[in-house]
Amino acid sequence: MNINYIILVPLIPLAVFLLLGIFSHKIKPAVSGLIGVGGLLSSTILSFYAAYQYFFIYGKVDGVFQTFVEKTTWMNFTDTLHIDMGILIDPISVMMLVVVSTISLMVHIYSNGYMKGDEGFTKFFAYLSLFSFSMFGLVLATNLFQIYIFWELVGVSSYLLIGYYYTKSSAIAASKKAFIVTRFADLGFLIGILIIGYYTGTYDFIDLNNPEGNAILSWAATSFMGMSVITWALILIFVGGAGKSAMFPLHIWLPDAMEGPTPVSALIHAATMVVAGCYLVARLFPMYYFVDDGFALHIVAYVGAFSSLFAAVIAITQTDIKRVLAFSTMSQIGYMMFALGVSGYGGHEGVGYMASMFHLFTHAMFKALLFLCAGSVIHAVHSNELKDMGGLRKYMPITNITFLIAALAIAGVPPFAGFWSKDEILVAAFHHDKLIYYVGLLVAGLTAFYMFRLYFGIFWSKDTKYDHTPHESPMSMSIPLMILAFLSITVGFIPFSEFVTADRMGFEAHLNYPLAAVAVGVGAVGIILSWIFYKKENDLAQKFANFFGVFYKWTSNKFYFDEIYLFVTKKIIFNLIAAPIAKFDKKIVDGTMEGIGNKTVLLSQKIKGLQSGRVQDYALFFVGGIVVITMVFIYMWK
Amino acid sequence: MIAGVSIYEILTLTSILFFIGVYGFITRTNLISMLISVELILNSSVVNFVVINKYLFPEVLQGVFFSVFIIAVAAAETALAIAIIINLYRLISSVEVKDTEVMKY
Repeated sequence: MNINYIILVPLIPLAVFLLLGIFSHKIKPAVSGLIGVGGLLSSTILSFYAAYQYFFIYGKVDGVFQTFVEKTTWMNFTDTLHIDMGILIDPISVMMLVVVSTISLMVHIYSNGYMKGDEGFTKFFAYLSLFSFSMFGLVLATNLFQIYIFWELVGVSSYLLIGYYYTKSSAIAASKKAFIVTRFADLGFLIGILIIGYYTGTYDFIDLNNPEGNAILSWAATSFMGMSVITWALILIFVGGAGKSAMFPLHIWLPDAMEGPTPVSALIHAATMVVAGCYLVARLFPMYYFVDDGFALHIVAYVGAFSSLFAAVIAITQTDIKRVLAFSTMSQIGYMMFALGVSGYGGHEGVGYMASMFHLFTHAMFKALLFLCAGSVIHAVHSNELKDMGGLRKYMPITNITFLIAALAIAGVPPFAGFWSKDEILVAAFHHDKLIYYVGLLVAGLTAFYMFRLYFGIFWSKDTKYDHTPHESPMSMSIPLMILAFLSITVGFIPFSEFVTADRMGFEAHLNYPLAAVAVGVGAVGIILSWIFYKKENDLAQKFANFFGVFYKWTSNKFYFDEIYLFVTKKIIFNLIAAPIAKFDKKIVDGTMEGIGNKTVLLSQKIKGLQSGRVQDYALFFVGGIVVITMVFIYMWK
Repeated sequence: MIAGVSIYEILTLTSILFFIGVYGFITRTNLISMLISVELILNSSVVNFVVINKYLFPEVLQGVFFSVFIIAVAAAETALAIAIIINLYRLISSVEVKDTEVMKY
């Protein structure tokens, strides 16, 4: 299979970024919008063409999906250890290409309407293109170091886009927070990479992931604190992934990241960048699975399950619609993580891996749709707060219908997309870990509840009086909504298990009717409860909140995690560690240096009187000196 | 060689001449006088050269030649010093040492 043309997929957005970035003041907004959409459209077409070629024509040889690599050595350390730049084509990277390009294209089209009239319109499209380039580079990376480079690049673009409204101090704080928290997590990632490079001698994904390869077979060779160093490395790499994917306890940046423009939240903080952590674990899945009998994978599973539940509980109490969606994203990514965690490797055992990638795929569609709908609502109402909304179904029919479709999809109602992937995840969890299964089931119910709370709160509930009548968004915004709604209905029917599996062989997935029925039942309970609570305006919900009292207060304050982190950083790290060190630096290090300087100045003040400027004084000193020297000589000769 | 005069007497004379020069250089307040004092110092050393040559190594002439060199150098040095002093006089209308004390810390 000739894969050279796929390099164009990331390079076109890069070219668009450079063009729009350099000439941002010369290009008219309408033109820059067209350039952005056009560039992404060509990338999308190439991605779909690559996916078609890979999955249906060239990819499968003897029943196994092959890996194609095109690369060039960039930095050479030893014969085996070198950093390459290139592209790697295998089922998950092709699948991610399709996801990223589709969502990115939709967001580009949508932004044409949403950002209309904004001062930095061209700059916004330049940033979006930069992000698309970085994300494509991330999914196509051939080795750990390349993925790390693009990993940081998506972090930078996310930082730029969260802080897009740079005159708003909350946006600046949010962008800094997102960057610092993910950067902190990436420190773990980097250390993990270095450990892997040191002990296995390679960064290449193909060498690392080969189950018969040296990297996996030699995991027990060296241990550190009772665990294999490779396991440590994998845990550290997962820390990086958890930072990017907003897993507990590194999730604090994601809700604040909602300060960015809504299309950005849809693209970066719902569909693509935040799932990079899942993608990373999936990318190294054979290592996670085989090394140390999957110890690191258990950690992934429990962190994912806990984050999933934690975020779902918080999402119920939030009143900012974008924050509800942000916590929902965190919860769904937790789903993907624990699906990976409970997965086996070969054949039907690997259903968790497949389900995780499947959920990543479907979740990208309906979560992007939810965010874009939320953007459409915010565009009409000019507020993020649930209390400012209500009864919007009369004014915004398209947004209403598409939001409903997305909510049904995420709630796991058949036949919408979310049902199929969620069902597979629950099947995988049921067979491997009952505890995680029950957590997953509970989260499914909570998801349905908070999502319909949002839906009813926005589109039904009370008939809010608006200052000016809200109206449906322009075509450039509603067309992406419709396309994504269509995808949210249909992508569930893709026989995903035949294309993306851990061992690349594919298997026939069957719907497990009893488990599916339970999951749908739980989802239905959630929907009905929120119907009772929120369909018509009533005080039932408030009564319930009062009933839970303190617990409700904790939850709506996100369990005070921001405050805890602030306490730890400000009170403990700043005051107890940083301040004494700063004092030491100021008093002792600087003090020594300044002391030497001050003493020199003092001394020279004392002796500068010798330089009187009178030539006779100098002559006197000179003669006196000669006399003294002469006397010394005479004395010594005697 | 001068009959009846030993080398010690002449060297004593030149030493006295030398220290008169040094004393004059240090105590005079006028630049011209200081220049004259420097000439005294130079002259004392010229006499020293000649005397030592004549009394101790009468068969060679290096000391005499050296004295000629010193006189030439002294002439050049005096010309330079006078030039500097004249320029200074044009600038500050004075040849007093105390008026030239600006070159200090």
